[in-house]
Amino acid sequence: MTSPLLLCVRRSPASDAGGAGTLVTLRLPSDISWIEEAVELVVRHCLAGHQTTKKTRFRLQVVLSEALSNAIVRGNGENTEKWVDVRAELLSDTIRVHVTDEGPGFDPGLVPDPVTPEQLDTSGGRGLYLIRKLVDSVEFNEQGNSICMTLRRP
Amino acid sequence: MGFSQTKDANGVTVLQVEGQLIVGNRQELKDLVQAAVDKGERRILIDFSKTGYIDSSGLGALVSISKRIREAGGELRLAGLNEDLRSLFELTKLDTLFSIAETPQQALSGF
Repeated sequence: MTSPLLLCVRRSPASDAGGAGTLVTLRLPSDISWIEEAVELVVRHCLAGHQTTKKTRFRLQVVLSEALSNAIVRGNGENTEKWVDVRAELLSDTIRVHVTDEGPGFDPGLVPDPVTPEQLDTSGGRGLYLIRKLVDSVEFNEQGNSICMTLRRP
Repeated sequence: MGFSQTKDANGVTVLQVEGQLIVGNRQELKDLVQAAVDKGERRILIDFSKTGYIDSSGLGALVSISKRIREAGGELRLAGLNEDLRSLFELTKLDTLFSIAETPQQALSGF
């Protein structure tokens, strides 16, 4: 099957990446079967040419998988006519990854804490919690359909 | 990426997760466990020795699998998690919910 993933990598793009050394963008359809390949592509290009610990690679893999899964399943409702956009800005000391879907957005403040005794044995709701635990900062746009995750390089 | 199912000498069903347990294949694992429970299996070990990654959907699937087995009067054990995967269970406090052994051999001992 031909991959529908649209990858663009720009070295030293200057202004539109806020001074980032590299800008990686990827567009994928809302189909969960493409998550693994999308994560592999973005992680590989985010870490290329940098000394990276195994832990940083794992964290990036986890948070990107979770954000893509949330965007495809919850944001776009697995509607394959809708797209998910990944934009990774690579600075010397940080990696900033935006994941944006075409859904109506949500209020992250309403997501219950999954580690409370009442929530612990429920089957869902751990994705955003894991993201918050594994990156240095998490921000959403006002609509709630775009997450920005920042990891500091060790 | 996939699942393989065997039975040890003492009759414990062993399911091995090869590759990843993620949103795209979690239902397959749930269906395999349900089929085993329907056939009367009550002792089930899931072996993650060959697993590179589990996402939050996979963790959620394990929670519902565990419930299903418990409701049928059985027991689920997990084993073979590498350090990274183990950290996901600890972060989500699921290490308090599951019986987790270092190796499949340890999990099978006395099961």
